[in-house]
This record gives sequence, structure tokens and C-alpha cells, in this order.
Amino acid sequence: MTVKITVNGRAEAVEAELDTPLLWVIRDELGLTGTKFGCGVAQCGACTVFVNGQPRRSCVTPIGTIPDADITTIEGVSDKVAKAVQAAWTEIDVPQCGYCQSGQIMSAIALLSEIDKPSDRDIDLAMNGNVCRCCTYHRIRAAIHDASKRMEG
Amino acid sequence: MTIAFAPSRRAFVQASGATALVLGVHIPLGNRGKAVAAEAAFTPNAFVQIGADNTITVVCKHIEFGQGPYTGVATILADELDADWNQIRVVSAPADVEKYANSAFGVQGTGGSTAMANSWDQLRTAGAEARARLIAAAAAAWNVGAGEITIDNGVLKHSDGKSGTFGEFVDGATRVTLTAPATPKTKDAYRYIGKHVPKVDTVSKTNGTAQYTIDVKLPDMLTCVIARPPRFAGKAKSFDASGALTIKGVKEVFTVPQGVAVLATGYWPARKGMEALKVEWDESGTEGRGTEGLMQEFKKLADDKGVVARNDGDIDGALSGAATIIEATYTFPYLAHAPMEPNDCVIRRTADGGVEMLFGSQMPTVDQASAAKVLGLDPKKVSITTLLAGGSFGRRATPSGDMAIEAADVLKAAKHQGPIKVIWTREDDIKGGRYRPVFVHKLKGGVDKDGKIVAWQQVIVGQSFMKGSPFESAMLKDGVDVTMVEGAATLPYQIPNLEVSAHIVEVGVPTLWWRSVGSTHTAYSTETFLDELAALSGTDPLEIRRQLLAKHPRHLGVLNLAAEKAGWGSSLPDGKARGIAVHESFKSFVAQVVEVSLGEDGLPKVERVVCAVDCGIAINPEIIKAQMEGGIGYGLSGSLYGAVDLDNGVVRQSNFHDYRVLRINEMPTVEVYIVPSEEKPTGVGEPGVPPIAPAVANAWAKLTGQRIHDLPFSRFVPNA
Repeated sequence: MTVKITVNGRAEAVEAELDTPLLWVIRDELGLTGTKFGCGVAQCGACTVFVNGQPRRSCVTPIGTIPDADITTIEGVSDKVAKAVQAAWTEIDVPQCGYCQSGQIMSAIALLSEIDKPSDRDIDLAMNGNVCRCCTYHRIRAAIHDASKRMEG
Repeated sequence: MTIAFAPSRRAFVQASGATALVLGVHIPLGNRGKAVAAEAAFTPNAFVQIGADNTITVVCKHIEFGQGPYTGVATILADELDADWNQIRVVSAPADVEKYANSAFGVQGTGGSTAMANSWDQLRTAGAEARARLIAAAAAAWNVGAGEITIDNGVLKHSDGKSGTFGEFVDGATRVTLTAPATPKTKDAYRYIGKHVPKVDTVSKTNGTAQYTIDVKLPDMLTCVIARPPRFAGKAKSFDASGALTIKGVKEVFTVPQGVAVLATGYWPARKGMEALKVEWDESGTEGRGTEGLMQEFKKLADDKGVVARNDGDIDGALSGAATIIEATYTFPYLAHAPMEPNDCVIRRTADGGVEMLFGSQMPTVDQASAAKVLGLDPKKVSITTLLAGGSFGRRATPSGDMAIEAADVLKAAKHQGPIKVIWTREDDIKGGRYRPVFVHKLKGGVDKDGKIVAWQQVIVGQSFMKGSPFESAMLKDGVDVTMVEGAATLPYQIPNLEVSAHIVEVGVPTLWWRSVGSTHTAYSTETFLDELAALSGTDPLEIRRQLLAKHPRHLGVLNLAAEKAGWGSSLPDGKARGIAVHESFKSFVAQVVEVSLGEDGLPKVERVVCAVDCGIAINPEIIKAQMEGGIGYGLSGSLYGAVDLDNGVVRQSNFHDYRVLRINEMPTVEVYIVPSEEKPTGVGEPGVPPIAPAVANAWAKLTGQRIHDLPFSRFVPNA
């Protein structure tokens, strides 16, 4: 089947079985590998992307359920919030192995797009679906607060 | 960062049989130096190369999976050369035991928190040699004395105003011979060591460009997913692939020693194909016991003394003469490492009749030899390109080269002649073994009428993953596996009568080291039991440690620093309690003080951790702090929730929904303090882990009166 989607602003016509998760369309068909596979069952958040502006776990989103969707991956984020988040992540040296960080950053951008001054409780609620086995959580929290400050400027 | 699959022109890499300088992590300046020093380059040794374009390439023999060795080696070399930080790039060393062996193990590998300990002298010497030769070349060119030349931020300078870059002296430095061995800098001249430098891999890990094994894409490559037996060591007897072969994208299905392999055009069809297989398994000789039964067997064994690992004084006499004796039996479950990137490996045939493997190889020369054996090749024909890996925590360091063997088995059996990427599912990872072994500890302690601890007897029961491994001769001494008893047989407390013994049990479940190895269980039993003995006389937990560690200044240093920063002894609000623990592992010393309350879910809520670490000279203080933070989270995750259980030999858990791991809302605030030291650098990847669980248990006992002897907490805390 051919499925039409827009990825990072580019119109794509993808040949894929309709049950193929968006994750594997992005990675194996479109070659965008910043979005990661961690669990396949929406338990770790490594595969988080935006579908029509909302964060989604791409590993459990069949491509057939989102025709004509507008997708943004880590490779395509570029707005003010994204820049603030990436700058904060770099300044605070958040990543260790780094594998989960694309997903963490996507969730953080989604949070800060919704709430520009999140409380620790807001951070817990927005980020607890993203697992980091290096447990960089302490720095993720600090980086989200830091990004929030950067967005003021 | 770039992955360049083009062959390198650089002799020092070619000579080792690798095909390319494959992985470069660039510090800021974009793509500069991507192709590495074009025509001329100065390569004084196996660890550093300076190009005519002024790029300094550092070869790192340790894999980068989050513990920071790439930045660590860059820091040491940049410092020794007084380089501009922006000149430095880091590449991964090819598999070459002669050049890149870890002096701690004799093979090329990362582990035991040795990356910096094993690089400190080696890289400072390598850097000093490069520096001296650059200076000698400049001195000859300028016709001045070498002693009159200084280096500042990557620029060679002479007092009369002459100056030049490293790149200008590449040719000259290659030709000069040094009249005396170059000596590394002294501490007062450090430029980067001990300071905060940005990690070399951070930017690529925040914009999705960092390349891991799972990201490798090669022309004509197929993806492999394997149907694996329900019980360890099961073999595929027969299979029906008719369903699998109807799935679009599935190319072939065949048996391998690990199970039944499905090759497809991508992960999704391969996984669907694997699920559509009907496999009949031969389960002869597989392990059929469950973990509950194993625990009972282990507990029985723990009633009797094992092979003695340490024996001070007269334990039997001391126990019979003690005023009070207490006993405790501890149980520890199997633990999966569950790194974020499950096992994977890319393998392809090369033009010279060999193979190339690209993956997060933690023991490249072991993996090289293992794959070569499967394929009937000379190990020199197996090149390994070590890529960034999404965590390991011990999982990728298999002494038997499991992942390399599996990829080689798949390549060997496949009709497909192009590259193959083998990917484990998360279920494969959780169910796939190589766990931290189950352990049972039995402790018996005695105090005299004044409350002084006079007897300490510990029996440890568990599997040995050293037995039968290439490290057996080094790690199994007089019937004792040192990795089973480390932290217990090395107990630093001054107790006159102390005996530690161990029983090795054979179980058909593959096991492995898990971040901090023996200390994952010995720190817990020893540090909580000490608190129980101290409580008999009402002695404060900090005070008892101070008394018994009088001859151990580095333990005392971290203990006192953590206690001071945490405000030990000051009052806490109702509903909160403190606990403390101190432990040495991998020659580093760590103490932690925790503040714990009762969480909404009935489990300990760890609110604050104050950590003090002595790891010798602090090369990268920020990385040390990050490793303590990460180690604390990892240890907390395992002790609060971690357990892999078997029913009749079949693993019960399968993914993160039932193998629960720590999440952001469960992470405490962490403060890390580093003890200033002149000692050589020691490890930081693992030593943050051991103290956290016992510190939490000690705080929990203070808060609730409950002593937790069985892990994880989630199973044994009422109402959790």
C-alpha cells in the first residue's frame, strides 16, 4: 500500500503494509534514525515523535491509522522551544549513552510547548513515560527548568 | 559525529586489520577533520595522530556507552599537548590486542570501571611523546633550543615572537628522534584535567545524529530477528515457516544454534515473520527449575560453611563466646541489565574473504576470536568497528562473545550474501539471560557484653559466571570466585573474628556481571547487617563505621564528607529518616546518605541522596558526578523493582511493563561531592551503585522498623 504522510515538512509517499508502526516507516523506509526503538509496546518513550503536533509513541502507531498525518521527528524540530531544549540539554550535558534522548527531548518540547513554566510535578507527569536506563533524570529535570528560562529570552 | 565507511589512509589503523577510521566524534567545529589529516600526518604512537590540517585524533580503546571515556581520553591528551579543545576528535580503536589491550584483563575490553585507570599513564605518556616531538621539530625549524618553546592553546611559541600550529610541524615531528624519554606534565600545569569540559558526544546525542548499531544502513542489507527457545539452551528441532514466508518483506528462514532466524527487508517484517513461525523445540538438558525452588535450595546450602574466602581470628570461638548473636538470611533475584538499545550487530562479508562486524563491542578481541572460530577464519580477517552503544551496564561484555557468535552464525547459515543486521527485541533482552545471578547470603554476627562486634560470619551462595569463561584462571582462586565475594571478603571493618565463605551452584541460566558485579549484593548484606549489629548496642550508624574504619582513611574521607554535607544528626521533619552506607569497589570509595519517606505506593520514597566519592585524581568532575547520579538511579531501580523470575525454567517477565525500571518521578535529588586526591584515577562507572540500596534499607528500617532482607523492595514491603 502507498501511504502519504508529511515528515519534517516533506511530503512522502511510503510503500508499507498498513500495520507497520510509524517507527519502522521512519527508520527503515525514510532512513531517519534519530527516533529509537526501545520496547515496541509504548513503555519506554524512545520512539516519541509528533503526529499532527501531539507527542505519540511511534512504535505502536500503525501507519495505516494516520493517513495524511504531519509528522515531526528529532531531525525536524527547530522552533524556539526545541532550540531552548537542545541548548539546555547541551549546557547541562544531559546524555550518557544517549539512546533515549531523542525521545526525552521530544517529550520535553511537547511539555514546554504546552506549559512554559512547568513545576516538578508537571515534569513528572509529562516525562514519566520516557525511560532512561542511565538514569539521567536528575539532569533532564534541571534541563527542562533551564530551557524554560531560555524561552523567556 | 560521522560514520565513514570509506577505508582510511592511515597506516596505524590499516596495519591492525581494520577497514576504516570509522567513528569520529567532533567537538564543535562541524565537519572539519572529517577525513582526518589528508596527506601528511604525525602518528607518534597508537593513540594519537596529528594532521597537517591541525586536527588531533585520539584513538579510544574503550567503548563509549555513556560513562564518558571518549571525553576522558580527549581530556588527558588535550591537556598533555596543551591543545585547543576544538582541535580534538575521538575515534574508536579497531580490534587489536597488541596495541589496545586493557592491562587489567589482557584482552581488549571495557569493564571493571577501568577506562580512566587504564588510560591515565598510557595517554599522558603518549601525549608527552607527541608534545616533545612537535617541540623538537619546531626547535629545529626555528633553530632555537627546545627548552625555549612553549605551547599555548594549540600554538607553539618562542620568546622572540615566532609561532606556529601543530599542523605546520607534522612532517618535522615525524622525522625527529627524541634524545630522552618524554615525561608527562605535573599537576600545576593541567589545563583541562579537573575542569569542566563539554562532553564530546553531547551535541550529536541531542539532535538525533549519534549513530548506534541499530542505525547502520548499508546497501542490500537485511534485518534478522530470531525466534528463541522458551527455556535456556533449547534448540530448534523443526519449524514451519509457511506463514512467515507469506509476509511481505520476509526473504528467508533458517535454523541457527540460537533458534530460528528470519531475514527480511526491515525490522517489522522480520518481527512479524518471527511471530508467525511454528517451532518445535528440543528441550533436552535445559534448566527446568524455577526461581522459588532455587532460593530454597540456596538457603539450605547457606546453612553450611562454603569454601573459605577469608578467615580472621577464631570465628567459632567468638560466636560461642558472644553475649548476643543475630542472624539474617538475604535473597537477591536475577536482574536483567535492560540497556535502552537491545543487543544488535551488523555483519558483512569483505572483499578479502573476511568479515566486518559493526556493533557496540565491549570486548573487541574476544568478539573477534569468537566470530572467527564460527566462520573458520583467521581472527585477522575479522575486523570490528566499535560503535556507540545505547547502554550496557555489563550486558555487552560477554566473555564468550555471544553477540558476535550469533551474528556469525546467521551470516554463515544465510543464503543472502549481503550485510545483515541482527536485532534483539526487548522481549529477547528481558528473557535472554546473562542476568546478575540469584544470590543467598547468610550472616551471623556476635557482640560482646559492651556491644562491641566480635564475630562476623558470612556464607554466600550463587552461580559463578567466571567458571568456564576465559577469565576463570584469573578470577577463580582456590575454588572461590572472587567476583562472588568481592565486597564481603574484602570487608574493611575492624572485626577480630571474621569468616566469609561461598558455595558455587550450577544452574542452567546464563549469568553475567551487572553494574558493580559482586558489590550489587555484598554491599547490601554487609552494610545493612552492620546497622543491625550497631543497633544492638544503640550505636549510631555513622559512629560505628567511624570506629571500625579507623585504619581506612579513604573510606573515612567519603563517609565524613557525605555525613557532613547531608547534615547527619540534624533533625528531620516527621515522616523522614536518614540512612548511610559506604563501600569500596573498583578501587574507588563512595559513601551515600539518603533521606527516605513513605511513598504513596507503600515503597520507600527516596527524596535526597548526598554522595561523596574518592576516585583519585578527578579528570572530568562533571562526568564523575553524572556517573554517581546514574549509578544511584540504576542501583535504586534494581533494588526497588528489579527481578527476573523463572517458572519451570521459563522467564516470567518480558518487557518494561513487568520488568519495572526507575522513572523520573522516582529519581531523588542527588548531590555529589568529590574528595580531592593525589592518587591515580580509578573507576566511576560502577562505584556509585553499591551504597544506594543499603543506605535506603537502613533509612527504611529507621523509619518503619522493618529490616528488608529480600530484594526487590516492591515484593517484600507490605502494601507495596
